[in-house]
Amino acid sequence: MTATSLRSPQGAGRTGDKIFSGAALAAGCLILAVLFGVALFLVVQAIPALTAPADKIQGGAGFFPYIWPIVVGTLIAAVIALVIATPIAIGVALFISHFAPRQLAAGLGYVVDLLAAIPSVVYGAWGAAFLAKEISPAYNWLAGNLGWLPILQGPASATGKTILTAGIVLSVMVLPIITSLSREIFLQAPKLHEEAALALGATRWEMIKMAVLPFARPGIISAVMLGLGRALGETMAVALVLSSGALTASLIQSGNQTIAAEIALNFPEASGLKVSTLIAAGLVLFVITLCVNMIARWIITRHKEFSGAN
Amino acid sequence: MSKRIDVKDLNVYYGNFLAVEDVSINIEAKSVTAFIGPSGCGKSTFLRTLNRMHEVLPGARVEGEVLLDGDNLYGPGVDPVTVRSQIGMVFQRPNPFPTMSIRDNVLAGVKLNNQKFSKGEADTLVERSLQGANLWNEVKDRLEKPGSGLSGGQQQRLCIARAIAVEPQVILMDEPCSALDPISTLAIEDLINELKDQYTVVIVTHNMQQAARVSDRTAFFNIAGTGKPGKLIEYGDTHTIFSNPTVKATEDYVSGRFG
Repeated sequence: MTATSLRSPQGAGRTGDKIFSGAALAAGCLILAVLFGVALFLVVQAIPALTAPADKIQGGAGFFPYIWPIVVGTLIAAVIALVIATPIAIGVALFISHFAPRQLAAGLGYVVDLLAAIPSVVYGAWGAAFLAKEISPAYNWLAGNLGWLPILQGPASATGKTILTAGIVLSVMVLPIITSLSREIFLQAPKLHEEAALALGATRWEMIKMAVLPFARPGIISAVMLGLGRALGETMAVALVLSSGALTASLIQSGNQTIAAEIALNFPEASGLKVSTLIAAGLVLFVITLCVNMIARWIITRHKEFSGAN
Repeated sequence: MSKRIDVKDLNVYYGNFLAVEDVSINIEAKSVTAFIGPSGCGKSTFLRTLNRMHEVLPGARVEGEVLLDGDNLYGPGVDPVTVRSQIGMVFQRPNPFPTMSIRDNVLAGVKLNNQKFSKGEADTLVERSLQGANLWNEVKDRLEKPGSGLSGGQQQRLCIARAIAVEPQVILMDEPCSALDPISTLAIEDLINELKDQYTVVIVTHNMQQAARVSDRTAFFNIAGTGKPGKLIEYGDTHTIFSNPTVKATEDYVSGRFG
């Protein structure tokens, strides 16, 4: 055998590598191009609204006074959804991954995944036609007993179509996302470390605290962020459930509005500067989502040294 | 501090599969007992029944008795969590908790059993346990660094420190050196020699020289064939097992004719 036999024939393996790396690069660039394109579109289309004189904007006070109440409304709805959904999702995911008997776990996982398959308009209809009606007595009770809290101040909405109802509907919608991602992460927790904890005399819950949750922390944050992304952008359910209005501190009165629902409800009849204003609102939503994701990344990388990846 | 273990007629199952059949063995306190035998003969499985780690796997169960100084580990009302806090375990692959610092790793087990102790007590315990595991000098300046940043041998000694920090009666070691280089192996073997002054040590090993070097008594396990249950073939003083075994299979195995 001579040294030349080590030289690669110009064969398929090398070409395959090139094609694959080219395809991967193109896919990566495409993502960036799409993101950049969307951002560019939003900025260009939004400029007229941002530069227009204040009295031409809807509400007559300028773009900022128009946008900030619905930004706050969006954040309130999303926060309500996450506050309700996150603990339930983590609990359900832990039950499926570490507590339930195997057959039950498989069935339950499947049912939770099915929740994600329900179209958002169905959730919206359910929220508006059923949940809002059923929950309004509870709002009356809250207003009567905890009305001294600004967020529960009465009189409660008679229809129950409030931001809290919208938040609850959103929480059901983000639940399957957080649950199924968390479950996958929990199942990947190394058996090695679970056994280490058990061998030290940990109960099952202590084992989960020592070996599963710390391992799963970045994954849970990612799951919650994906859920937040859906909650921030969800349009149809909010548009149907919420009886919108001006920004209100009370969660159980009608009022408040989210960016996505505002755009959806007004876009069909909008023209000229109004379109531009709505697109500018979209730009704000885009920026909020981007910031949320960057903060999540930062939280995850902050603890990289202890992540076990080294 | 250390207790003896007496096993009576123990059968170990995975579901309906009998993995280890009818083992009776008396493990002396303050001594090192080695389990040797070919792969798949059930020695690790048997070891895991001694602190009820076997039943962590779905469908796994045992029949028979394991007595820790006369108390049956499988008796009614015995909590496996309590059993495991008294019988520590070191695994084949070093498994310090990656999300904890070296110091927190050592304290992990103690925090479970005893909620309240001062920082001073914790410091003393960390130093004593790490010294007990011959690791103190190497890590004393970086106790707050993650345990996963240590070398494999250091990680394994950290796991031993974590096990002895809870002051168990018995320490079980499941091939503790199989993932380590010779120098780290030597460090662990020296450590095992020191540990037997205070603890009952049971070690599973593939390495017969290691069994000969570290143990006082040796148990040889074997299987008749794939799918058959593992059995305890011979048990006696290490010297006897290696120089003058009574069973032909033991002699064949320790002299390297199979396995």
